[in-house]
Amino acid sequence: MLVSYKWLKDYVDLDGVTPEELADQITNAGIEVEHLSYPGEGLKGIVIGKVLTCEPHPDSDHLHVCQVDLGSETVQIVCGAPNVAAGQKVPVATNGARIAGNVKIRRSKFRGVESNGMLCALSELGVDKALAPYEDGIYVFDDDVRVGQDALPYLNLDDAILDLDILVSSAHCMNMIGVAHEVAAILNRPVHIPVPDPHETDEYAAEKVSVTVGAGEKVPYYGARLIEGIRIAPSPRWMQLRLIAAGVRPISNVVDISNYVMLEYGQPLHTFDFGTFGSDRVLVRFAGQNETMKTLDGQERKLTIEDIVITNGKEAVAVAGVMGGESSEITGSTGKVLLESAVFDPISIRKTAARLQMRTDASSRYEKGIDRNRVTQASDRAAELLTKYAYARVLKGIVEQGERTVPETVITLPWQKINRVLGADLSLDVIRGILTRLGFKVDKKGETIRVTVPARRFDVSIPEDLVEEVGRIYGYDHIPATLPEGEAIKASLTQYQELTRRTELLMESAGLTQAYTYSLTTDEHAAAYAVHPSSEKPVKVLSPMSEEHAVLRQSIVPQLIDVVSYHLNRQMPDTALYEIGKVFIPKAGSPRPEEEEHLAGAIAGSRSERNWEGEALPVDFFTVKGIVEKVFDSLSLSDRIDYLPAKRAGLHPGQTADILFDGKVIGYLGALHPAVQKEADLNETFVFEIAIEPLLRGEQAPIIYHGQPRFPSTTRDIALVVKRSVQAADLYKVIKENGEPLLQSVNLFDIYEGSHVAEDEKSMAFSLTYFDPERTLTDDEVSAIHEKILEACEKECGAELRG
Amino acid sequence: MLKEKLLELREKALENVKSADDLKKLQDIRVNFLGKKGPITEVLKGMGKLTKEERPVIGQLANDVRNAIGTLIEEKRAEIEARLLERKLESEKIDVTLPGRKVQTGSHHLLASVIREVEDLFIGLGFSVAEGPEVEEDYYNFEALNLPKDHPARDMQDSFYITEDILMRTHTSPMQARTLEAHKGKGPVKIICPGKVYRRDNDDATHSHQFMQIEGLCVDKNIRLSDLKGVLTVFAKHMFGAEREIRLRPSFFPFTEPSVEMDISCFRCGGHGCSVCKGTGWIEILGAGMVHPNVLRMSGFDPSVYTGFAFGMGPERIAMLKYGIEDIRHFYTDDIRFLKQFDRA
Repeated sequence: MLVSYKWLKDYVDLDGVTPEELADQITNAGIEVEHLSYPGEGLKGIVIGKVLTCEPHPDSDHLHVCQVDLGSETVQIVCGAPNVAAGQKVPVATNGARIAGNVKIRRSKFRGVESNGMLCALSELGVDKALAPYEDGIYVFDDDVRVGQDALPYLNLDDAILDLDILVSSAHCMNMIGVAHEVAAILNRPVHIPVPDPHETDEYAAEKVSVTVGAGEKVPYYGARLIEGIRIAPSPRWMQLRLIAAGVRPISNVVDISNYVMLEYGQPLHTFDFGTFGSDRVLVRFAGQNETMKTLDGQERKLTIEDIVITNGKEAVAVAGVMGGESSEITGSTGKVLLESAVFDPISIRKTAARLQMRTDASSRYEKGIDRNRVTQASDRAAELLTKYAYARVLKGIVEQGERTVPETVITLPWQKINRVLGADLSLDVIRGILTRLGFKVDKKGETIRVTVPARRFDVSIPEDLVEEVGRIYGYDHIPATLPEGEAIKASLTQYQELTRRTELLMESAGLTQAYTYSLTTDEHAAAYAVHPSSEKPVKVLSPMSEEHAVLRQSIVPQLIDVVSYHLNRQMPDTALYEIGKVFIPKAGSPRPEEEEHLAGAIAGSRSERNWEGEALPVDFFTVKGIVEKVFDSLSLSDRIDYLPAKRAGLHPGQTADILFDGKVIGYLGALHPAVQKEADLNETFVFEIAIEPLLRGEQAPIIYHGQPRFPSTTRDIALVVKRSVQAADLYKVIKENGEPLLQSVNLFDIYEGSHVAEDEKSMAFSLTYFDPERTLTDDEVSAIHEKILEACEKECGAELRG
Repeated sequence: MLKEKLLELREKALENVKSADDLKKLQDIRVNFLGKKGPITEVLKGMGKLTKEERPVIGQLANDVRNAIGTLIEEKRAEIEARLLERKLESEKIDVTLPGRKVQTGSHHLLASVIREVEDLFIGLGFSVAEGPEVEEDYYNFEALNLPKDHPARDMQDSFYITEDILMRTHTSPMQARTLEAHKGKGPVKIICPGKVYRRDNDDATHSHQFMQIEGLCVDKNIRLSDLKGVLTVFAKHMFGAEREIRLRPSFFPFTEPSVEMDISCFRCGGHGCSVCKGTGWIEILGAGMVHPNVLRMSGFDPSVYTGFAFGMGPERIAMLKYGIEDIRHFYTDDIRFLKQFDRA
């Protein structure tokens, strides 16, 4: 809402309050002044001049040479405007003046003829071209201005414009009277709202037109005045300038007046040319399905049964509260006007305006709500102005259906509630004073107050609203800062949150950088690399902004691969990333997916950089596996984890393992399939993803103290020759099972394939550590277990002791 | 006779030791002079021929000479060893200015750091950290927050719907309703809820279709707007510096009444006006307010008994302000060169 400082002065005394101060105070009281502008900023030396003579330029077919009276002197000015004529009073940029865009006007010659200034169009004085009332040419004043005076005040270019950000709660300030009430309350000054006089004649409108509302409660009130004798002409200058200030383009007296009253009262009005209305009967009803009509902007509109239309009994002539129809548009020959002042249901208007994509000044006011009790005042005001500026004869009475006014809202509350909620200590007098300033009526009864809400404050309906009214005017700056009292409650991170943080730190110490990627991805990415591929369709949003972000991810890995690719494209081949975030697994028979937090990682490039000691070491499967193992170690779950060779889409068939927890797949790790790497132009890249949430939420093993060991452990090495097909995990399993309880740890320290063993065999050397907390183990004891392990390996894995 | 021989031996040993330049030679000298077959032993063997008077004198002298030679050898050994050690150390000298072997570590995402900092602060103030679904029901996202189906403020939050009733949450505020509901009408409730939220926006420097929010909620008997002011003051000073002041401006949110927006005094210019605060001296940080009685009521709390405050902030905005980051998309590009800069955050 654009508010003219000068216009506001009609209603409130702003003496001693600069536009800046006013803007600050309005903002601090709750309506943000987004922007304060001075339309005349930078203009200098613009005076009112009178064109005395206007002769064609001897060497031009469109220039004129004018003698212009500037009051103090008469100067010659060459003017190119098509509308220039002798006798006009116009704004003149004198020699040395500055016009819009900081352009300086200097004495010059046009095709040999001297020019001492410039006759100005409004756009040359900074007025938005789209708002200027006359498209071609210079601005011409009414006759009642004095030659030689500064032109800016006459053009309201000495004004300041406050741009108010109107929210749902401040819809009452979507009009000048509303703003006036607000400002008066803030400044604690009186407000003057003139009472309009419609100047009615004795002839009854109801004898010439009828109104029927057939749209029930969606149209609580519809009123129409009939106005005759209209002569279409430009509206007065002051009105045009105020419309321009408010961002509305002046058109003609009738149209301007209806816009002006809307800006003033917040009540949208509509004027129909009654001569082309098509009947003497106004019928307000819902549109028929697929009914069409042509709106003022020349568009053919297709309507639905939810839209309210104004009709002449047969066809629609306006989309109620949104836009009028072309058939009854005000034209230069309009002589009779039907003036509508009505109340429509905000939700209906909102839906219609949104569907037809026609958000107009009228519809935005109806949507946010209007002051019900101003509907006839606005009609009266328009009638008054039409009488004055459009030669109107206003017929007697408003032809109407519905209630003109609504009952007042009354809120009862214990007055101390205001202090309790604010944490303040205001006296009843202060509270009453603030509410009274805002136009509320306050009656005290014991400890409660009864507050009558003015109809224009349709945003106020509950005691909390009054708390806000008092708080915002009193000023939150004056309210103390305290801390909540009352019972103390335990607060700490949950186990899950704590362990998530620990896992993050672990990843970072392992060299991985934390990434945050998008949950919404492409159709193609959504189901790729899922830990548990689902047969359900991926979950899609109904109206995505782009195909890039349309479907909910089931794995984080594709997003991380993209980040690896991003870095590679920028000459950063070494990337190690992880993310802990949600994946969304589609669930049969439910529109809501299962949400689960996963830990995923992607590593590419080298794990140690090339330096003075030697070449870089490339990342490989076991780099990633070491990191994954550490995750389970940190949760003390390694004993319940297995890795099984796996084939997964997009991953290398020989370098991929499923991760099993208690025998169930909870994740995977592996190298990207070479074909995938090639297609995406990637280097060798390794990824992993673990459905970690259940592990972090699950019961954690307690820490059990075993005392500080008093006896040494014994380590023995064993080298076994096995078939190449035997997996390390098989040997580990046998060794561990047979080494219990004294075998403390197993470390595979060598693998050999080559000339010293058979072609289909390999040698694996383990270092086994034995320990008894109660004593030092003897050689014989260790040898016995060692022997048992060897036998088991021979029997179960076909191993032989390497000679 | 023997005496002269001993003295001569001493002289000879002295010369030999002096000229010895490694440990082996020194050992040879020891064996030659002090060994079982050495000359001193020889001298002592010849003692039988001496007179009773001469015997102790020569014996004493022989011992003295042996000790003297032993001491000489030991001194020389220490000297050689010291020299050897010095040579060894010299040979082990390295260029200590060579770079060390790199310990590769990753960095924390800046948003995670901001969220942790806020979490830890509020835990200290008695708030727990709550988590909730990102795919949310329309009911919790809107209706339970006093935003019925036709509420005009729904325009403010254009949403990614999945079905008519299911959508990507547009804010973390649904956790207000969910948490209150779970407490079954009994306070106190003190939570903060960080998480991802989604809006139908085109990604540009200041908009992201996915971003983070941190919701705060405190409901109890006798919670006041002054408590909100106090808690937010602690927050502002903690996050932006002890000299920060806060200002509450009236605003509008459907789920709070009264609603406020919190500004902090500009941390760049201290409130005089600069480019960070656009000349106003104040920077808008977050929205807050007293929980709307409809929200309390709908989630099973009696608004005549309980009051509360709520607030919602954007970690991206906080990080952008704090470090002068110019583009919100940087948070989701995950450029390591960007992320590494905030390793210490």
